[in-house]
Amino acid sequence: MRGLAPASATTVLERQRRVSSALWLAGIVGIMFVTLILLGRRHGFGLTDYLQFLVDGLQAGAIYALVALGFVAVHRVTGIINFAQGAFVMLGPMLTITFYGQPLPLPPAPRLALAAALAILMTAGIGAAVHRLALHPARNSSLLTRIIITVGVYLILQGAALLAWGPRPYVLPAFTTLEMGDRSFLLGDVLVRAQSLWIWGTAVATVALLAAFFEHTILGKAMRACASNRLAARLTGIQVDTMATLAFVLAAILGAVAGIVVGPVTRPTFSMGLEVGLKGFVAAIMGGLVSFQGAVLGGLILGILENFWAGVTLAGFKDLFAFVVLIVLLLIRPQGFGGAEEGEGT
Amino acid sequence: MNTRRLSADAVGFLVGVVLVGGSAWLEMSHPGGLSLARLTGGLLTLDLLIRAGVFTIVLVGLNLLMGYAGQVSLGQAGFYGLGAFFSAILTVRAQALGIPSSLSEAWWWPWLLMPVGAFLVGGLSYLIGLVILRLRGHYLAMATLGLGIVVFIVLRENLGLPHLNLTGGFDGVFGIPRLRVGAFVLWPAPRYYLLVWTVAFTAIALGLNVVHSRIGRALRAIHGSELAAECLGVASPNYKALIFALSAVLAALAGSLYAHFQAAVVPATFGFVPSLELVVMSAVGGMTSIWGAPLGALAVLLLSEVLRTQMRVVFPAVSGEFEAVAFGLLLVLMLLFWPMGLAGRGARQFHRAAWKKEA
Repeated sequence: MRGLAPASATTVLERQRRVSSALWLAGIVGIMFVTLILLGRRHGFGLTDYLQFLVDGLQAGAIYALVALGFVAVHRVTGIINFAQGAFVMLGPMLTITFYGQPLPLPPAPRLALAAALAILMTAGIGAAVHRLALHPARNSSLLTRIIITVGVYLILQGAALLAWGPRPYVLPAFTTLEMGDRSFLLGDVLVRAQSLWIWGTAVATVALLAAFFEHTILGKAMRACASNRLAARLTGIQVDTMATLAFVLAAILGAVAGIVVGPVTRPTFSMGLEVGLKGFVAAIMGGLVSFQGAVLGGLILGILENFWAGVTLAGFKDLFAFVVLIVLLLIRPQGFGGAEEGEGT
Repeated sequence: MNTRRLSADAVGFLVGVVLVGGSAWLEMSHPGGLSLARLTGGLLTLDLLIRAGVFTIVLVGLNLLMGYAGQVSLGQAGFYGLGAFFSAILTVRAQALGIPSSLSEAWWWPWLLMPVGAFLVGGLSYLIGLVILRLRGHYLAMATLGLGIVVFIVLRENLGLPHLNLTGGFDGVFGIPRLRVGAFVLWPAPRYYLLVWTVAFTAIALGLNVVHSRIGRALRAIHGSELAAECLGVASPNYKALIFALSAVLAALAGSLYAHFQAAVVPATFGFVPSLELVVMSAVGGMTSIWGAPLGALAVLLLSEVLRTQMRVVFPAVSGEFEAVAFGLLLVLMLLFWPMGLAGRGARQFHRAAWKKEA
C-alpha cells in the first residue's frame, strides 16, 4: 500500500502535518467512542451487545469504505467532489436486479454473477459519460459551478432510476442462498450474516486490486501522476483528461460493487444513493479526502461509530450521526485530515 | 450606467406590479367568465403563482448568498422548513404548549410569529454561519447539505421528543389557520396572492438595495477573491455570516407564508430534493441577479407543471419526484451553456465589470 500515499507527502513539513491530523482524528474518534460506550452503559449493554454493534458496524463500514474510495479516486485526479457517487451505488444493484430477472437459460448462481458483471460494466460506462458529457465541458468553470453540475447529474440519475424502476424497494437475492432469506451463524453470542462475509471479502479484494492497479500498472501510475501534479503529468505526455474520465469509471465501478454486495441487506430503491453517498463522503473526509488507506479506515470507523450510536438513540436518529460527525469534523479541522493542502483542481 | 440600472429595476417592478395586480383582479372578478386557468389552458393557476411568490422570497436570499457572495448552500430548504414549522406548531399546538388562548386566538398572533420565527432562525443561522462559512468549496457544500438533512431528520423525528408530537412526524402539522387582519380574512386565494407578492417585491427591493450598497460590493469582492477582499479591509467572516443569516431570515419568512397558504406542512417538503430544487431555480433564473429569483421560480414551477401533466402520457405508471430528472438536466444544461441564467443577459450588461470572470 506504500505507493498509494500521495507523492506530495514526502517533505518533512508535510509528514508533520499528517501526524498532527492523525492525532486530531484519533482524539475526536476516541472521545466519540468513550461517550457512546458510556451512554450505552445507561442502557445496560454488555460485551455481547458491543461485539454485535462491532460486527454490524464493520459490515456497514466496509460499504462506506468502498464508496469513499470512489470519492477519493475522483477527487485526487480531477479535484472534484462527485456528488453523483451515490447514484452509482444505486445503479449497481438496480441494474443487477433487472439483468437477473431476464429469462436466460442459466442456473441462478452464474446468472447472478453475469447480471452483476453487466451492471458494473454499464455503471462504468455511465461514469465515463458523466465525466465526458457533464464535467469535461465545464472544466474551465468555477468550482461552485462544477459542484452544482455534479449535483445536477445526481438528480438526473436518481430521476431516471425513478422513471425506470418506480419508487418501490426491490429485492436482490442473498449471494449464499440465492433467495430472499440469508443464512447466518453464531460466532460466540454474536450473530453474523453470510452476506457480511461476502461484503468483507469483496471489500478486501477490491482494495487489494486497487492497490495493485495503482502500484503495478502504467495506467495506475499515470493516474497517480495526475493526482500529485497535473501540469507535470501533462508535460510528460500523460493524457490528463483521459485519466480524469478513467477516475470516474473507477469511481463508478467502486460504487456499483458496493451497491451490489450490500443490495441483499438493504432492499435497494431509486433513492438509496443519497444516504450511502453522503456517508461515503464523510468517510472520505475522515480519511483526508486524498488518501486511499484513510478512506478505508474512515469508512470502517464511521460504520462502527454509527452502529454504536444507533444502539443508544431513537431509531429515527440513526442517520443523523454521520451528518453531525461531518459538520463537527469540518468545523474542528476545516482543512481536512489528510495533511495535504487542498489544491485548486481543474 | 447608474441611471440605466435604476430604470431597469423600475421597469421590473412596474411590470411585476401590473402582472400581479392584473391577474389578481382577473381571479377576483372573473370578467366575462375568464380566469387564468382558462386563458392558459390550465397551466397557470393562482396556486402556482402563490408558490412562485413564496419561492421568490427564498431565492432572493439564496441568490445573494450563492450568486453574490459565492457561498454555496445545499440546505436552504432546512431554514425554509424551520420557518414553516415554527408558525405551524405555535398556531396549531398553542394549547398543548400552554399558551393562553387569549393570545393564540388573537388575529395578530400568527403575524407576530412570522418575524419572531424569522428572527430566531436568523440568529441561529448567524451563529452557524460564523463557523460553517470558514469552510470553502466542496466542504461548505457538503456541510450545508448535511445541515439541511439534520434539520429534516429532526423535524421528521418530532424534535427528538416523541411524547410531545410537536412536528407530527411524517404526517406533519395540519389545520394551520388562515391569516386575517381583525375580521378580514386573507382568503380566498387572490387575497393571499396579493399578500405573498407584496412580500416578494419587498424582498426583491431589499435584495437590490443590498446589492447596490456597501455590503453588496463587499460580497462581490469576497466572491472575486476572499484574500484580496480581506487585504482591502473587508471583514469577510462577518459579511458572509450576515448574508447567510439574511438568506435564512428570508427563507424562514417564506416558510411561514407557505404554512399559512397550504394550511398543512409535512417534513418531506423541506428535505434534500427541495433544497436542490431551490438551487435549480436559482441557476435557471440566474443566481447573479436578484431578478433571477422571480424568473427562476416561475420558470421551474411552470416546467414542473408541464412535466407533471405530460410525463404521465409517456410513462403512465410514474409517481413521486420524477421531475427530478428534468430538473437535473436543466441544471446541467443551464450551467454548461447559459451560466448567467434567464436574467443573465440583462445583468451582464449592468454588472459586466464585476462578473467578467464568471461569464
